[in-house]
Amino acid sequence: MFRLFDDAKYDVLAVWRIAAIAAVVFMLPGLSLLLFRGLNTSIEFTGGTLIQLSASEGIETADIRSALAPTELDGAEIQTFGAPDEFVVRARLDSDEEVSEATTQRTGVVLDSVLTAVFGADSYEIQRTEAISPKVGGELRTRVQQALFLAFGAIFVVIWFRYEWRFGLAAVAATVHDILTTLAFISLVNLEVSLVVVAGLLTIIGYSLNDTIVTFDRVRENLKKYKRKSIYEILNRSINETLPRTVLTSGTTLAATLALLFLAGQSISGFAAVMTFGVLTGTFSSIFIASPILLAIERRWPGEDVRGAKTISQAGATVVR
Amino acid sequence: MIAGLIGLSIFFLIPRNVTQRVRAVDGTMKDTLVRRVPINLGLDLRGGIYLALELDESQGRVQDPEDAIDRALTVIRTRIDEFGVTEPLIQKVGSDRIVVQLAGIDDPGRAKQIVQRSAYLEWRITDMDQRFREALPAIDGALRRAGVRAAPGVEAATPSAVEQLLGADSQTTVADTTLADADSSDVLEDGPGHLSSYLFAGQIPGEFHVEEERYLQVDSIIRLDVTERALPRGIELFWGLEPVSMGGRPYRPLYAVEDRAVITGEYLTDASATIDPGTRSAIVRFELTRRGGRIFGRESAEHVEDYMAIILDGRVHRQPPIIRSRIGRSGQIELGSVALQEAQDLALVLRAGALPARLSIVDERAVGPSLGHDSIEQGTRAAIVAAVLVLVVMAVYYKKAGLLAIAALLFYVTFTLAGLASFGATLTLPGLAGFVLSLGLAVDANVLIFERIREELRMDKTPRSAVDAGFQNAMPAIIDANVTTVLTAAFLFQFGTQAVRGFAVTLIIGIVASLITAVFVTRTFCLIWLQRRTVTQELSI
Repeated sequence: MFRLFDDAKYDVLAVWRIAAIAAVVFMLPGLSLLLFRGLNTSIEFTGGTLIQLSASEGIETADIRSALAPTELDGAEIQTFGAPDEFVVRARLDSDEEVSEATTQRTGVVLDSVLTAVFGADSYEIQRTEAISPKVGGELRTRVQQALFLAFGAIFVVIWFRYEWRFGLAAVAATVHDILTTLAFISLVNLEVSLVVVAGLLTIIGYSLNDTIVTFDRVRENLKKYKRKSIYEILNRSINETLPRTVLTSGTTLAATLALLFLAGQSISGFAAVMTFGVLTGTFSSIFIASPILLAIERRWPGEDVRGAKTISQAGATVVR
Repeated sequence: MIAGLIGLSIFFLIPRNVTQRVRAVDGTMKDTLVRRVPINLGLDLRGGIYLALELDESQGRVQDPEDAIDRALTVIRTRIDEFGVTEPLIQKVGSDRIVVQLAGIDDPGRAKQIVQRSAYLEWRITDMDQRFREALPAIDGALRRAGVRAAPGVEAATPSAVEQLLGADSQTTVADTTLADADSSDVLEDGPGHLSSYLFAGQIPGEFHVEEERYLQVDSIIRLDVTERALPRGIELFWGLEPVSMGGRPYRPLYAVEDRAVITGEYLTDASATIDPGTRSAIVRFELTRRGGRIFGRESAEHVEDYMAIILDGRVHRQPPIIRSRIGRSGQIELGSVALQEAQDLALVLRAGALPARLSIVDERAVGPSLGHDSIEQGTRAAIVAAVLVLVVMAVYYKKAGLLAIAALLFYVTFTLAGLASFGATLTLPGLAGFVLSLGLAVDANVLIFERIREELRMDKTPRSAVDAGFQNAMPAIIDANVTTVLTAAFLFQFGTQAVRGFAVTLIIGIVASLITAVFVTRTFCLIWLQRRTVTQELSI
């Protein structure tokens, strides 16, 4: 019988110092970069024009840049997109500037006419256009903030109801770790933050909580089962017992996100990258971060509650055999 | 139970015939039948254009913005056929924005032009002398001659129109016409009376009705150069905006009207709907400018007892009313005992022509069909690879029980796709990504259960009780763990754009489907598997 981590008895809690240092070492450069540079948000949020085009062979980024230089699109970002003959041209709108709603529309027209004039109409094909006014971008920003705020709130409420507060606090701390490391990751690789990437971030929160909750469910169960053991032993035991599941599920999820990253095309790669990283950090935090924090909380505020009534009253789940 | 679910799922996924209205090269429309799996694809996968429009206030504030948006909406809806797509979605969002979604369109510039073009309202007297009706035999003759005369010539002039007659006919199998079985060279020759056979006389002079399923076909006939040349001088043809129901069947009105407008929207200043307190009849009151009043006074005096078509952007709105007497600067249109809403709609049409609302595009997203096609291809490839990887892991790790999980995964895929189809959810590129992601997550419930069964087995339980206990004890963790993901997805759905909503929906449907599969399908399989073995052996898990 093939089994990963069969009957594992790793002393996971003992390495908490190393885990904490690793997390901080990873977060610091990314987050300081974030403070310094800010997020690279997509034009969905800032307003502006994005045009994706596939050009015939021989046209390079520099050619497009020099074609655009004499026009008002002089500052536009031009990048290859997935393949050497696919380009994305982004013209952001300066938020300080007084912008009329027509500006975004004009950008597309200017780009199209310049490209036709310089390269000829048959040498390129416009694949995708996005022209978003700053007003719509601002609205989306507000809506995303509301969504994030409400999602966090809802998760807290669920944890509050289902878990004793020490567990809840530890789970939330682990989630905060995941958000911070993922933000650091986004900042380090300068990933463009689009709405889909935000969706990825929210999904990571759900996923990582999922991992943590499975482990904590086992802790609750073991607390009832082994009343005489210390909380340290029980935590270690629970992590080890759920380790096969944690690793296996992370593995299959990772298989899916990697397939997305390498096969699903450039349009979704930002999301796939965030998800891939998120699965790793979420797994890391539910093994190495959540439980040590729970232990620390339990030591700081010891109480019968952890072993007490609230933990047992799982709806429909009390199994007596 | 399982059989029922599967049956239902398969039912939702059967490819079915969908009528699609397609625009031919020359800009006319035709209906075609397409066979496809009934899952809606988002614009990012099908290709298409999304436009959000707001009132253009760059040249001063718009008075009464709510009414202006309603007027603009009326105008865009009037142009619905011009877009040339199957399911144009045109809706008001909030109180100040109109969203237009056109799937499968390739030319964003044209769509934008249609949306932003200012509206044109005109009133024209209908063909009171029945000149069009009398000319029908001549038109039929001209059509017949055109068909007889060298086919290449006709085809060169109007290739797609002729093609379209054929296309439309071979797909709507109607027995009562000889066009149906004809082949391309002699179609026009064999028709009994090309145009007249499709037209039914209406209730007022100049009004005709065409069976709705014949609408596009007749439309392409009347657009032929031959037909236009054969029309009586001074007569033009206009379609009614919407089909009317007669004897339970839909008919599209066609109006023959004078080629000259008695008055146009620029002379109109206002229009409003009320209920006449005396007659209880719904009426629309309108006001004209001073100059408009003079013109209309003269025209209406000349055309007393004539019918007058209200034409907005080339479409006749409602059945033309009759002019009872000379009308000056203000008048009223009596609609009889209809709901006030109908009168309000007509007033809106008049105001739309009188006070064109300028719109600016605040959000435009266009995706070319080839990019959408690529996305589907790459997404599918990623999904297959992800599924295979997951299957291999499960088979290696859990042996025979892994095969159960694999079977469960297949059910899971079926359930999820069926869920998407039955809720009419839209599959977008992020949605596709969500689906791939959920392939990885879907086995989680199975993993939790199997791990639990293994543990129970090690406590020296019999396979049967280990399976039972495994399912029972794994459930709370499974439920707890998924609640948070469903919650976050729900908020994403509430606040996201179409693309991200697609992601949220697939994720939610995926999680629910994985719970159903784990709880019902895997469990049943496990029990069947155990029952087959009379001797309780080692459980291969």
